Amino acid sequence: MKKHNFVTIADLTREKILYMIEMAQEFEKHPNRELLKGKVVATLFFEPSTRTRLSFETAANRLGARVIGFADPKITSGTKGETLKDTILMVSNYADVIVMRHYIEGAAQYASEVAPVPIVNAGDGAHQHPSQCMLDLYSIYKTQGTLENLNIYLVGDLKYGRTVHSLIMAMRHFNPTFHFVAPKELAMPKEYKIYCDEHGIKYQEHTAFNEKVIADADILYMTRVQKERFSDLMEYERVKNVYVLNNDLLKNAKPNMKILHPLPRVNEIAYEVDDNPHAYYIQQAGNGLFAREAIFCDVLGITLDEVKNDKTIIH
Amino acid sequence: MNKKERLVAAIENGTVIDHIPTDKTYQVASLLGLFTLKTPVTIGFNYPSKKVGSKGIIKVSDKFFTDDEVSRLSVVAPNVILSIIRDYEVVEKRSVVTPSEIKGIVKCNNPKCITNNEPMKTHFHVENGVLTCHYCEKEQDINKVELC
Repeated sequence: MKKHNFVTIADLTREKILYMIEMAQEFEKHPNRELLKGKVVATLFFEPSTRTRLSFETAANRLGARVIGFADPKITSGTKGETLKDTILMVSNYADVIVMRHYIEGAAQYASEVAPVPIVNAGDGAHQHPSQCMLDLYSIYKTQGTLENLNIYLVGDLKYGRTVHSLIMAMRHFNPTFHFVAPKELAMPKEYKIYCDEHGIKYQEHTAFNEKVIADADILYMTRVQKERFSDLMEYERVKNVYVLNNDLLKNAKPNMKILHPLPRVNEIAYEVDDNPHAYYIQQAGNGLFAREAIFCDVLGITLDEVKNDKTIIH
Repeated sequence: MNKKERLVAAIENGTVIDHIPTDKTYQVASLLGLFTLKTPVTIGFNYPSKKVGSKGIIKVSDKFFTDDEVSRLSVVAPNVILSIIRDYEVVEKRSVVTPSEIKGIVKCNNPKCITNNEPMKTHFHVENGVLTCHYCEKEQDINKVELC
């Protein structure tokens, strides 16, 4: 059997995305199972990411697997000069699947080429974070009932934010209309606008962020504007409070509109919004569990049919 | 070309690589692995050329290059012509075909790419003169690459 990996979102077909969403729905109905009983999952975090690691480890635990790994790169042999290849091959001796987070771009792709066991990319530098994208897609599907023909507003740091880039690629199958709302310094890079043009994705760009601009949004995807991204701190001071969402801005929002955010949030969503019915970012993070349970099963060769007819559900 | 005009001594059998931009002559020799050959190799440069201004010529005795070897030249000297010589006669002229993938020749210009942080070969996909790194997906222009 060909080894499955989950390294990039870019080459997932429309069918595969819908298949993964359907599988995640099954896990939302029954998250606790023993489908991975007897399996060992390794979580290798060469860069700390507590939120992502806890989500993957919870998914593994709720499916009955046992988890090994490290959360702090300071304790690994990488600091002694060991190559990534050696670390991956060593862990492959012990684990049935490896989840890895790395600060180097392309690390997961390379690991997937050398490892005899499946590799799940939990983020490789500024490059890809496909499991985040999967949970974003699942959250959009769950709140809108479809992925088709949606107005999706991406707000904040569109230059460095890998989650928004992945979302554009994954949504290309579903006829979205994107609105890019960002300060000039953090505008959507040209390469992604070319990508949109090549794939027939409609988009508009805005620098203003107000209730009129976002009135026809189905999804409002907020991201953090980080101070360290700015070469000109005057510019940062000027825009830092422009892309902040509060209840006043949501007065004209469509009833179905939901606010997403990859978290952690700092000040870009005012705390008063948390109780607004449009807020969805906390539930969105919770959906990561179901998306990651689906990812584990898929890379280990467990099909949707097997998940649907699963006799290991723990009630 | 008659013998009076010949710029470099004739070879009986082998390959003549012509129209190399002068400053690329040694890179071409290196990419073709000529310094490890045991057969005679003549390398000349600064010859006048209508095509490239100043050109290099390399003559390699008793060596015929594979398509794969020739395709390596596409990143430094895509316009060279290889003449295949048998019994002092040119029996075939070949040009460089740019491959769809290039492995282990060009450096990725992204310092945070895995290929710059791990002992491994680089790997690029080539389309319309643009190299895309197989690992980090950063793009670079085929005319502005740095060799490994």
